[in-house]
Amino acid sequence: MTDLVELTVAEALDGLAKKEFSAVELTQAHLDEMAKARELNAYVIETPEVALERAKRSDDRRAKGEKIGKMEGIPVGMKDLYCTKGVRTTACSHILDGFVPPYESTVSQKLEDEGSVMLGKTNMDEFAMGTANLTSWYGAVRNPYKDKTNPDKFLIPGGSSGGSAAAVAAGLCMAATGSDTGGSIRTPASFCGIVGCKPTYGRCSRWGMVAFASSLDQAGTMTRTVRDTAIMLGSMAGFDAKDSTSMNIPVPDYTKALTGDVKGLRIGIPREYNPDKGLNADVRHVWEKTAQKLREAGAEIVDISLPSTPYALPTYYLIAPAEASSNLARYDGVKYGLRVDGKSLDEMYTNTRTEGFGKEVKRRIMIGTCILLEGYYETCYLKAQKVRRLLCREFAEAYKQVDVILAPAAPETAFGKDDDSTSDPLKMQLYDVFTVPSSLAGLPSVCVPAGTSEVNGLPIGLQVIGNSFEEEKILRVADVIESMSGMPIRPLRAGGK
Amino acid sequence: MSIDRDMVKRLGILSRLRIPDENMDEMVGELTKILGWVDQLKDVNTDDVLPMNSVVDDMALREREDVITDGGIRDEILANAPDRMDGYFLVPKVVE
Amino acid sequence: MSYIIKGETGDWEIVVGLEVHCEVISNAKLFSGAATAFGAEANTQVSFVDAGFPGMLPVVNHKCVEQAIKTGFGLNATINKKSIFARKNYYYADLPNGYQISQSDHPIVSDGYIDVDLENGETRRIGIERLHLEQDAGKLMHDQHPSKSFVDLNRAGVALMEIVSRPDIRSPEEAGAYLRKLRSIVRYIGSCDGNMDEGSMRCDANVSVRHPGEPFGTRAEIKNVNSIRFVMQAIEYEAKRQVELLEEGGRVVQETRKFDSVKGVTKTMRSKETAIDYRYFYDPDLIPLRLDDALIERLRGEMPELPDAKKARFTADYGLPAYDAGQLVAEKDIAAYFEAAAKGHDAKKVANYIMGDLFAVLNKLGKSIADSPVKPENLGRMVDLINDGTISSRIAKDVFAFMVEEGKSPDEIVAEKGLKQVTDTSAIEKMIDDVIAANPDKVAEYKGGKEKLLGWFVGQTMRASQGKANPAMLNQLVKQKLDA
Repeated sequence: MTDLVELTVAEALDGLAKKEFSAVELTQAHLDEMAKARELNAYVIETPEVALERAKRSDDRRAKGEKIGKMEGIPVGMKDLYCTKGVRTTACSHILDGFVPPYESTVSQKLEDEGSVMLGKTNMDEFAMGTANLTSWYGAVRNPYKDKTNPDKFLIPGGSSGGSAAAVAAGLCMAATGSDTGGSIRTPASFCGIVGCKPTYGRCSRWGMVAFASSLDQAGTMTRTVRDTAIMLGSMAGFDAKDSTSMNIPVPDYTKALTGDVKGLRIGIPREYNPDKGLNADVRHVWEKTAQKLREAGAEIVDISLPSTPYALPTYYLIAPAEASSNLARYDGVKYGLRVDGKSLDEMYTNTRTEGFGKEVKRRIMIGTCILLEGYYETCYLKAQKVRRLLCREFAEAYKQVDVILAPAAPETAFGKDDDSTSDPLKMQLYDVFTVPSSLAGLPSVCVPAGTSEVNGLPIGLQVIGNSFEEEKILRVADVIESMSGMPIRPLRAGGK
Repeated sequence: MSIDRDMVKRLGILSRLRIPDENMDEMVGELTKILGWVDQLKDVNTDDVLPMNSVVDDMALREREDVITDGGIRDEILANAPDRMDGYFLVPKVVE
Repeated sequence: MSYIIKGETGDWEIVVGLEVHCEVISNAKLFSGAATAFGAEANTQVSFVDAGFPGMLPVVNHKCVEQAIKTGFGLNATINKKSIFARKNYYYADLPNGYQISQSDHPIVSDGYIDVDLENGETRRIGIERLHLEQDAGKLMHDQHPSKSFVDLNRAGVALMEIVSRPDIRSPEEAGAYLRKLRSIVRYIGSCDGNMDEGSMRCDANVSVRHPGEPFGTRAEIKNVNSIRFVMQAIEYEAKRQVELLEEGGRVVQETRKFDSVKGVTKTMRSKETAIDYRYFYDPDLIPLRLDDALIERLRGEMPELPDAKKARFTADYGLPAYDAGQLVAEKDIAAYFEAAAKGHDAKKVANYIMGDLFAVLNKLGKSIADSPVKPENLGRMVDLINDGTISSRIAKDVFAFMVEEGKSPDEIVAEKGLKQVTDTSAIEKMIDDVIAANPDKVAEYKGGKEKLLGWFVGQTMRASQGKANPAMLNQLVKQKLDA
């Protein structure tokens, strides 16, 4: 039974179907693994009772021959951004202290309806604001991978979905939810050597997800294989009448897209993603090598240009904080969460928010507030929104020439918690440089492990970016990259076997 | 457009955040850098480009029927409130 | 003619623009499925959306959109095929999200007007700048606790239409007439109940003064005045205050003031937050609201006849004087009552009975016309009975009183009480003969030249007939007999 945590979702579904093991056994194995690997700090709350009860119900369903879900009996980690009924949800912020939602987010509800078993809530950057999972009120998450030049170095898992990424990589769940506003799924997926998929904006409901930047936030998957991504995405995606930005388009069976073949597909290589400075040589090498292999496998590699790419980062860092400054105004000490009293209403607000928000969140609220001020709104916010449209147009043009775009996900491999760059927020933002353009354009993008760094042995992910609602194409390509890369799909067993 | 301490104070008041004096200069510096980004964007020609608020802006806005489907959940609404009494949220007294 | 304040430095004209918040009639709130009814227990009509819980998202209520469009038609305005919801950001305990969803530069309705009738018979056109949809806030209560305020979010998220006039209003009277007309329109449409005392219609007034012909002066905004009379008083007071201030060499400050209805004065409101900036931006949780022609045309087709059209029709079809028609159309229910009563009857006489006897009775009983004890068809029938001579207008007073008391038809009342007018000449002659026979001295006096006694004989005979004798016939016959 010890190897249950090493299975992929697809393998586990098979084993459960064949009654080789039960959902309770599978769940218990993961709960045990979680207990052994607490130093990763991947979970901020473990929910063994919920998990075992759901696992038991799943086993009952199978025993009684009732309808079986797409994720029946699969233990998953839930990013603490998703409101879970009766289970504390804080988005890893002190300001949501003790908040127990009386409702379940649409995405987590769908996953439950498809039979999955929630193991607990995973760590994340506070309100999803961060690239290294260093802003969580519950502390940093450790990447289960080790830098071979310095094995004791505390490596960050990437953010903001760092807890989910570390948990999936280490075998503390079979799959986990993430959320991606500017790269929050893809950066940690790259750093932790797993598959992370941000689907098209509007593909998954945002209802019940703690909002960061509403026009960018999108739910997504974190798994160890592309096939698992296809299974999980099919369970979470879909129209929700409660979200005015949700798209009413049928959800295909994504597993059917995994043909193992890229013949005839046109794959774009955007030259703007290959700057002279700011791209690690190993990452560049893996990217080039992968493109080469795809060509050998029958794909057509096309050199393309997305000229506004260099402007994506400033655009993102003007739009996202502006929306966030307003989205986070509701945390005022009145309805839920932390309250720090004061003599007047305004004093109570100020005390609560000053104490409740961490430094990075406060920084972004201040920036966002500034950008929306009269006198700044036009030159900052509206200008950024115009550039956003230009970026979208360029992508649209590109997809007339190519089926998908292949690009690095992160400019580097995972770095140390105490590296110099982590104290400079503007440097940290550079890690989002390759992920924000597709976020701004709302396009689906999957990060898939494609190789490792020759210097430090750490995983390197590449992203496959598709046109709107063409998740099937990006998964098809990612699946081929996965099989060509020889990257491990088994967890690292950080807690030891 | 330049950022000074008064601007940081004003932003603090507007967003109900207290910025300690010792962090003022840091905040001034960061905001100034952000506005530097705005200068970068000035290089982009956006004449005749409309602002994009959302990538789904062109979709038809879905509307709900005028039917009562919610409410009647006072206990759940108040369950997380740090200060509540007799079915109300409580806040420090507001002098009008 | 125009309203002028005589100052030391010359004449002053006042300039007023009104912002009226109308609570939209709908079952559910603007962006949630919680109920909107008045009077529920605190926080029982609140959804997680209304209370600003994490991850909650707005979905717009179609009914509220329709109400805004119809009201736009009522304001002779442009319905904008694309409008956009925006967030207005500020902190207050009645605003759970820290922002109000409203509309900024793309309102659903813009550029309209309404015509208002003034007492001197003039009609003034007041421009409407815009109508937009937005969320109402919750309510705070301050008296329950020594150091806390209580927050009830039942009203939070209820739809409001904010209707902004152009600064076209030039007197308190015009402001009052504008509000009455606006109230009448929204009530006709059924988009707002227009009850200012219950807060379902609230008014902010922007007031400034200037010498005629000069540019606009600095304005003060008087917030949340809750009756038409108070709005008029507040404007009158505020204009005088500004004139005095300016003539003393002072300056009007652009500020928010409130009206103290007990003292009849406006006072400055504490404006602690000088840094205020609402930071409007389009709500990224919503996308632009686009209206298709089919919907707009369907709603246009559903529009009821509005006061102006009805007034024109009442004048043309029923031959009513403009003033009477204006009175009758001010309220939809009165107009409906009138039409029900006047149909096939003498409309002018019906109108007179409504505006006279009926209004007096309703006023006394404290009843609305919808609950009138006199059914409209009965009023119409009574006018018929007068016109065909069955009853006299004197007897009609009694019949009307019985209708109020008993609610029966005038025919039943006339039959039961034997109130039918006596038009039988021989019966009237018999009564006259009796009176003449009983009063030989008076007859002698009459014949001696005291002709005034004719009236006395008529009166006596009428009394003998218990008022039922046809007055015209009676007069004629008495004269014939006495002169014979």
